[in-house]
Amino acid sequence: MNTIELQKKALTIREAVWELIYSAKTGHTGSDFSCIDILTALYFDVLQQTPDTFGKPETDTYIQSKGHAVEALYETLALRGYFPKTDLNNFSGFKTHYIGHPTNDIHGIEMNTGSLGHGLGLGVGVALAAKMDKLTKKTFVLMGDGEQAEGSIWEAAMAAGNYHLDNLIGIIDHNKLQISGSTTSVMNSESLASKYTAFGWDVIEINGNDMTDLLDALHQDNLTSKPRLILANTIKGKGISFMENQANWHHKVPSESQYLEGLNELKAQKEALEND
Amino acid sequence: MTNSIESKTANEVICATLSDAVKTTPDLVVLTSDSRGSAGMTSFISDNPANSIETGIAEQNLVTVAAGLAHAHKRPFVFSPAAFLTMRSVEQVKVDVAYSKTNVKLIGISGGNSYSNLGTTHHSLQDLAITCAIPNLEVYTPADQFETRALLNYLIHSKKPAYVRVGKRKLDNCYPKDWSTFVPGKANILRNGADICLISAGETLFPTLQAASILATKGIEATVVDLVSIKPLDTELLHKLAQKFNLILSVEEHSIINGIGAQIATIIAQHAHAKLKILGFPDEPAISGTQDEVFAYYGLDAESIAQKAILSLKG
Repeated sequence: MNTIELQKKALTIREAVWELIYSAKTGHTGSDFSCIDILTALYFDVLQQTPDTFGKPETDTYIQSKGHAVEALYETLALRGYFPKTDLNNFSGFKTHYIGHPTNDIHGIEMNTGSLGHGLGLGVGVALAAKMDKLTKKTFVLMGDGEQAEGSIWEAAMAAGNYHLDNLIGIIDHNKLQISGSTTSVMNSESLASKYTAFGWDVIEINGNDMTDLLDALHQDNLTSKPRLILANTIKGKGISFMENQANWHHKVPSESQYLEGLNELKAQKEALEND
Repeated sequence: MTNSIESKTANEVICATLSDAVKTTPDLVVLTSDSRGSAGMTSFISDNPANSIETGIAEQNLVTVAAGLAHAHKRPFVFSPAAFLTMRSVEQVKVDVAYSKTNVKLIGISGGNSYSNLGTTHHSLQDLAITCAIPNLEVYTPADQFETRALLNYLIHSKKPAYVRVGKRKLDNCYPKDWSTFVPGKANILRNGADICLISAGETLFPTLQAASILATKGIEATVVDLVSIKPLDTELLHKLAQKFNLILSVEEHSIINGIGAQIATIIAQHAHAKLKILGFPDEPAISGTQDEVFAYYGLDAESIAQKAILSLKG
């Protein structure tokens, strides 16, 4: 799919997530918006996975370690045809399976996440299994940058380097904000690039809200015999001006006027793309 | 009992059973966290390098990687000291294994008070309480080599997450050598008597059987039950026992808080009149000594169990 089409998809997902959170009055808004471009690139261009091949041994695996951005994942999967969008009508409601973090009760979701620091180790296990079975599939793990403070991430990073898992791609949604403020003020994990490099990873740093950058990095062959980290510099709340780079939008729900204003901004961006 | 047959450690039995099984179950994978020697799995790993993964001293990652492998259709058996596996890694067990329903078998080695003189860091006297409280996780503790073998043969083919606690030392034989029965949620009655019911599991089963023999010399006939399946629990049998007996004595190598006795108490309180005495480790860091010395100090040796039974019957 070409870059413009993917950008349009990303805007469609942003609109859907904005509406979902506004309707349900819950969600991790800023975190969703920062990684929607990454999810779009993965599900509409990069991942060797379809709703029909999902879960098969040879199919690519995507694990969302930053589980709180589940609304972005739900709307991406719905748009990609994993389940009907109407399934989300009861999002976060009574007895729903579509809860506030990913669960593998839902078609398209591999593992239950939500507690941070688990996804990379799960990815190491899946990637090791692929090596054992001599499969060419790839495993992608999306993490947050605040999440990098979890010690379990570094146990997994060490194991991935140790086992030369060149079939594993970690992506850090590096929006530099977490619930209490900037990641450097809460717990400085910089330099992430040099830390992963020291743990035996091949690191690529990109603009994680730029579709061209994303496609280049996600498609780039790995000839290093190392696991690859894509350090995706993003903007938290990307796409809605008053939400961008604001830590307090981590899980804030828009008011009616904010909802309408945000929707207008997204529509304007879509129209601009149509006119390109 | 099969005293004429040489006793074995649970580790020896597990290694032999998995070494045999891997020949026909190529998806079987053993994971260790610098614990291959402690787990007695060195020969398996030497003989089956393609079916072995070392995670280093990183117990959280040990469990998470195993869950990833299981998600990718492998059958991982994870070995780490029970103290670390059920506390250091407990959130990984809860989320990556039990909640995600990955087919991971967690083998807590050197469980209970096995590392008696190494101190509280290495004791796992709360592991059953912790693991039993996690939904989707089966919990077992076998008593001797034959029951361990039967349990392993079940685990190899089961698709459900499970935690198994085994001890470090050679296990006295409680079952006949051809014992091959293991059914989840099924306890075994090893001895029948009408005066008192003794219930145990794991390494305290043997002294409990010995206690029954001591009691018999004093004219007291005891029923002895091996619970083995701590979760699911044999509630049907426990209902019956609680109605049949006036007195039940539970014996466990575990804290008296939320262990085997506490589970039995829940059943009795809901359904029957029997009184229950719970023998186990008190709510304090355990003393140092050999495992036998420590058992005797806390009243978990055969003589102490028998005395407690007699006192309770006089009650």
